[in-house]
Amino acid sequence: MSASDDIWILGIHMTKFGKHTDKDTVDLGSEAILGALADAGEGISMRDMQIMAAGNLMGRGGLAQQLQKQIGQTGIPAYNVTNACATGATAMRTVIMAIKAGEADMGLAVGVEKLAGVGLLAGGSREDREGWNAEGRYGAVTAVDGLIGTETMPGVFAQIGMEYGHKYGGATFELFAKISEKNHSHSTLNPLAAYSKAMSLEQIMSDVMISYPNTRPMCSANCDGAAAAVLISGAKLRTLSMEQQRRAVKVTASILTTDPYEEACQILPNVNTLTRNAAKQAYEQAGIGPDDLDLVELHDCFATAELVHYDNLMLCEEGGAVDFFNSGATWRTGSKPVNVSGGLQSKGHPIAATGIANIWEVAQHVRNEGGPRQIEGAKVGLAHVIGLGSACGIHILEKSGLGV
Amino acid sequence: MTQVPLVDYLVLNDGAPHLVANECTSCGARYFDRRNACAGCPGLEFRSATVADDGELRAFSIVAFAAPGIKVPFVAGVVDCGGTSVRANIINCTPTPEHVTLGMKVRLATYSLGTDSTGTEAIAFGYEPA
Repeated sequence: MSASDDIWILGIHMTKFGKHTDKDTVDLGSEAILGALADAGEGISMRDMQIMAAGNLMGRGGLAQQLQKQIGQTGIPAYNVTNACATGATAMRTVIMAIKAGEADMGLAVGVEKLAGVGLLAGGSREDREGWNAEGRYGAVTAVDGLIGTETMPGVFAQIGMEYGHKYGGATFELFAKISEKNHSHSTLNPLAAYSKAMSLEQIMSDVMISYPNTRPMCSANCDGAAAAVLISGAKLRTLSMEQQRRAVKVTASILTTDPYEEACQILPNVNTLTRNAAKQAYEQAGIGPDDLDLVELHDCFATAELVHYDNLMLCEEGGAVDFFNSGATWRTGSKPVNVSGGLQSKGHPIAATGIANIWEVAQHVRNEGGPRQIEGAKVGLAHVIGLGSACGIHILEKSGLGV
Repeated sequence: MTQVPLVDYLVLNDGAPHLVANECTSCGARYFDRRNACAGCPGLEFRSATVADDGELRAFSIVAFAAPGIKVPFVAGVVDCGGTSVRANIINCTPTPEHVTLGMKVRLATYSLGTDSTGTEAIAFGYEPA
């Protein structure tokens, strides 16, 4: 083995997203791993994996070893990864770095979450304390969520979208709802999505308000799911069959950023700068620009978030996200299809699985295996996730030119 | 009756109620929490800085769904107080999109959270339409 700059996905799999009453985290993770190993082609098994990274946010840790006890205890180094909603992308990147460093020429990344039926993921309840006693880093005499703004995700991301509207104009409730209408429409072609029904603009706008301007269908769906990928160095790939080389997907950029300090970033999380920074680095690493992308899977945890990421990923001019969306560009029939999987609003958002599942989606298209939702002729795609705190992961994937 | 602030950056006993920030003496970054160091520069020293009472609403959400015990709907927002951003609720204002608008002028206001068994009253803050 030697250091490699040439990283490929050999096999990748995602489970159906939704409510898996009879399956636990280990069942779902095992299903994704066994699927990815099978997708990697003839002769590939756990015995070929030299490193493993397992992402899981809501569990108690140690998932990689629990999975190994089902799918193969081969003694390889395993990393348990958590990095908010960028957990899956971070697991991918952990394996990629090991291959790049020459410590492994094949490795396995998996992300799993059980989230069906879980309500708000943040925001504290008002507990009854005895008397007004100052506690914590703000010297608060009671829990402040709901008294000093909101810690809930729908509320935080609502403000992020509204802030964009304040800066550039045009970001109305109806506009955000139209973004959701697009993603729900896209989901009708995705059998693995948790929800795959089209919704009219009127249905979306008149649904239960969660945090204005986000109604329920404009929020990512809490659900269960897993996704896994087998990664390989270019040198090792070239020793495999022509079919494996042809189906492999090249990872031309793998980037992880955190949020640099800016005024207000500790008041309302700034999801913009770290995404823009990651995008710039990713385009540079891949040697392409946003115009070269045939499709994008971006982190639409809320309809209000999708709008700002059009701009952050430089799919449009700075400040031009509203006009860009209104042009129809991001529909699957448009010039820059975004979230043809249905996005997190319909496909669902089992947190740690998301950062690999969006890579799976892009991989399907550049392999020309997208079935009814194939974006014709797709050769290059981008997968983006962001977790509050914050962490942003971007991967750019390209069609293989090998094996032909 | 003794009054205590909801958070220690709300100052009640030095003239009119106002907010104070921990300001980095090197780069001027302002924070509301207890600091170990500056996140924006290598600075380690902080001074107390008074935050302007008047501001402009830069972002908001009308929160209709929250954890048990939190009264909804309420308006969560970010107020730009002369260049210092503050997280707060918008109060004394009907929580509908017709009454809360981006860019609206607001000012600091306080209200009682109630009195505990020792007779101590907690005072919270928000911003109301100016």
